[in-house]
Amino acid sequence: MIYLWVGCAGMFGAMLRYLIGISFFADSRFPWATLTINLLGSFLLAWLTSYVFKKVRLSPHLSTAIGTGFVGSFTTFSTLSVETISLFQDGHNFLAMVYVLVSLLGGLTMSHLGFKVSKEVQKS
Amino acid sequence: MASHILLVGIGGFCGAIVRYFFSRKLNSGKLPVGTLTVNLSGAFLLGAMAGANLSTTTTLLLGTGFLGAFTTFSTLKLEMAQLQLKKEHRLFILYTTITYGGGIALAYLGYWLGSFFR
Repeated sequence: MIYLWVGCAGMFGAMLRYLIGISFFADSRFPWATLTINLLGSFLLAWLTSYVFKKVRLSPHLSTAIGTGFVGSFTTFSTLSVETISLFQDGHNFLAMVYVLVSLLGGLTMSHLGFKVSKEVQKS
Repeated sequence: MASHILLVGIGGFCGAIVRYFFSRKLNSGKLPVGTLTVNLSGAFLLGAMAGANLSTTTTLLLGTGFLGAFTTFSTLKLEMAQLQLKKEHRLFILYTTITYGGGIALAYLGYWLGSFFR
C-alpha cells in the first residue's frame, strides 16, 4: 500500500519537474531548470524531514509519500549526469565543471540550510 | 502536450516505486547503498538512452519520467549532510566521490554503448 502512495506522489513530482523544464530556461545552454529543481528540492527535503514531519502529525505513509515520493522524484541525479556529459561533449568544459561543483556544493548547502531553518524555527 | 505530461507521470509513478523498493532493501547500513545503486544505474541507463537517440515518447516515458524519478538528488544531499553532521568525514568523501565520479563515468559509458544502437 505504501508503494502506491509513493508512486502517486512520485508521479506528481516527475510531472512538476517536466513542467518546470519546458516552461523556464528551455532555450538555455546551461541546465538552469535541473539545477533550480535540485537545489530547491534539497532544501525542501531537509526542512520537511527535520521540522514539518515532526511538527505536523502526518501518517508515516503520507510523510514517506511526500518526502521520498514527491520530492525524491521531483529532483533527479540521472539528468544531472547526462547534462554534464553533454556539456563536455559540446566543448563547454568550464560550464560542465561549474555545473557539477554548484550542484555538489550548492545542494549540500541547501540541505544544511533546511536543517538550520528548522532549528531556528524550533527555538523561537 | 497533455499526453507528454501523462507519459512523464506514468514513468515517474513506476520510477519512484522502484527507487523506494531499493532504498528499503539496501539503505540500512552506514553508507546509503540503495540511493547509490539507483543513482549510478540510472545515470548509466539515461546515458545509454541519450546515446541511442530514442523517440520522444520513449524518452519522456523512460527517461524524463522513469529514470528521472528513479534517481534522486534531494535524498543524496540529505544523506551527505547527515554524514557531515555525524562527523563521518571519510564516508562523506567516499559517498560523494563514488556518486559523482561514478555517475558521470557511467553516463559516459552508457552514452558510448548506446550510440552503437542508433
